[in-house]
Amino acid sequence: NTMFSTSLLRVGSKLIGLLLTRKGHFNTLGLRNDFGFPPGLRTKTFLLGPTTKMNLFQSVTSALDNTLASDPTAVIFGEDVAFGGVFRCTVGLRDKYGKDRVFNTPLCEQGIVGFGIGAAVAGATAIAEIQFADYIYPAFDQIVNEAAKYRYRSGNLFDCGNLTIRAPWGCVGHGSLYHSQSPEAFFAHCPGIKVVIPRGPVQCKGLLLSCIADQNPCIFFEPKILYRAAVEQVPTEAYTIPLSQAEVIQEGSDVTLVAWGTQIHVLMEVANMAQEKLGVSCELIDLQTILPWDTETVCKSVAKTGRLLISHEAPITGGFAAEISSTVQEECFLNLEAPIARVCGYDTPFPHIFEPFYIPDKWKCFDAIKKLISY
Amino acid sequence: MSLVVASRSYADFTPEATFDIKKVDLHRLEEGPPLTATLTREEGLKYYRTMQTIRRMELKADQLYKQKIIRGFCHLYDGQEACAVGIEGGITLSDHLITAYRAHGYTLTRGGTVREIMAELTGRRGGIAKGKGGSMHMYTKNFYGGNGIVGAQVPLGAGVALACKYLGNDQLCVSLYGDGAANQGQIFETYNMSSLWKLPIIFICENNQYAMGTSVERSAASTEYYKRGDYIPGIRVDGMDVLCVREATKFAAAHCRSGKGPILMELQTYRYHGHSMSDPGVSYRTREEIQEVRSKSDPISMLKDRMLSNNMASIEELKEIDIAVRKEIEDAAQFATTDPEPPLDDLCSHIFANDQPFEVRGATPWTKLTSTS
Repeated sequence: NTMFSTSLLRVGSKLIGLLLTRKGHFNTLGLRNDFGFPPGLRTKTFLLGPTTKMNLFQSVTSALDNTLASDPTAVIFGEDVAFGGVFRCTVGLRDKYGKDRVFNTPLCEQGIVGFGIGAAVAGATAIAEIQFADYIYPAFDQIVNEAAKYRYRSGNLFDCGNLTIRAPWGCVGHGSLYHSQSPEAFFAHCPGIKVVIPRGPVQCKGLLLSCIADQNPCIFFEPKILYRAAVEQVPTEAYTIPLSQAEVIQEGSDVTLVAWGTQIHVLMEVANMAQEKLGVSCELIDLQTILPWDTETVCKSVAKTGRLLISHEAPITGGFAAEISSTVQEECFLNLEAPIARVCGYDTPFPHIFEPFYIPDKWKCFDAIKKLISY
Repeated sequence: MSLVVASRSYADFTPEATFDIKKVDLHRLEEGPPLTATLTREEGLKYYRTMQTIRRMELKADQLYKQKIIRGFCHLYDGQEACAVGIEGGITLSDHLITAYRAHGYTLTRGGTVREIMAELTGRRGGIAKGKGGSMHMYTKNFYGGNGIVGAQVPLGAGVALACKYLGNDQLCVSLYGDGAANQGQIFETYNMSSLWKLPIIFICENNQYAMGTSVERSAASTEYYKRGDYIPGIRVDGMDVLCVREATKFAAAHCRSGKGPILMELQTYRYHGHSMSDPGVSYRTREEIQEVRSKSDPISMLKDRMLSNNMASIEELKEIDIAVRKEIEDAAQFATTDPEPPLDDLCSHIFANDQPFEVRGATPWTKLTSTS
């Protein structure tokens, strides 16, 4: 299994971090900062063509710009996308491509996704934005019962593969109950859709373009805390990163760490801490696609190391780590040296004032590694 | 050196006066609320004090937010005070009310204290939801919040109204939502259910012209929100005049209590702040527009002018109220900044209702917390 297909760009690029790295969980902006996005090799991508320094929301804009330019049927819609969106992901697109291609919808998530499914079935490349992943639930029926099952129930006569739904995702430091959720586990339980989560601008653009090109309805969750904080040199031309391929960001021999989105950066720090303080070599894997997920890469890694730690912000019961854990113990039972560790959010609603205690921060993950090693 | 000022005895003041109020627009109704409203001195002073308290409290919250003492989301109500106070003037505390996230004003009119509200904003244990809810989730008796998801509170209001009808207690439920929420599907589902079963519910659309940054013309096929209930009778009311709101609410309450079923009220109002503290509020509307509303239609000024020109109160008296309100807010802010945060045990408390404490799995396999209820 080649780690990078030809369409994947590989570059040993320097990454410029902009987050303040102060001690403690939150910086003065109220943003979570128990991890950094410092210079260093975080992503293996080839430099193909010119690149520009972009943060995460700019990489989204770039991907959408490429799409609207090359695909005349592409349309972008959602709440407040016309002026640029509440996270600036669609800035400038309406002026460039016209108000019949980038337009606002009223406040109706169920309507937005239903409408998007219809547009996709009719042949348009429909890119719907849900303003926060926390608001996606009115559209849950449309996604699970309509979008996911369209091809199956019509015997391949119809499909809404042209649909992509984007939503800001994950905790941000001050979001509390309804601006911090990570609902990927709800959708992982639904065959027929794809769920994708990038960890930085280069992956974001490549994965988003893959989702748009993919002939299945895709949900693309964008870690909102990284919108401004994650800055990289991103190619300006269009490129794709394959779906359902996990990426081994750092090779190691003792412990496999699996995560996606923001948590990758937390685990990167944990891996460094483990190396310095415990002499433990960690292999860090970014799952990238939650559904369908790359079992082969993860299992191969666990077969090598014998220990697995999975981490996500969503509550532990029924979180996606449970699925990974279950599959890995089936495939790699005799390779395991210790029980699989899951470091996740508590089984509570995402809290208001208790957020620093709730999130699976690097110290909790480090503690878990210590226990894995000493089992 | 103290100056002795001859004070006027309260016998000098007009005990009550009648004012002309704006005619409302009607939908599927033959008659509307009266065209005049009678205000007593006591009521006037009460409304003035409550509206001024809401105004000062919101401005204080603005200040505390900018000092980063309040964090997260904070949606301020200043400009819309006449709605909360007027509605409460038309119902009683044994009636029920539910609204969306712009809820600080309603928390106060429904019986909350400024101290509890501010401590909730700062997330302390003295907060009205014990510090666990924050700005959007404040509750008191017969006030069901404080809801974050737009439109989700309206079907809830219908459920409460059903309970009122079922229990036969002559109470009703006021279910509020905004102009943005008016486009949510569940609102129409609620219209249907409450009409079918003749529930004692007053739907109130607080139309402040902007849903976050989207003006009503850009998001609604019909901006006549009072007609959007179709088969439900509706009235459109000037939401900046506390007397208009009160008379309309009384009219609506009488309609519900007589068993005729739901009624829809659109309050045309305005918010001075942006949608929330992260919205400056001037990228989608002009400062001139905000200034104009402030100078021509401010609810507190309107009431003040009415009372002063009819000799129902003196300037000094109103100033004294202002000073008392300011002090109350300062004390509350002091409390809100010094009260301790909730204990860590509260992280897992009240997830479920349970007789015995049970274990909650924590972030790591060996972390278990106890949940109590």
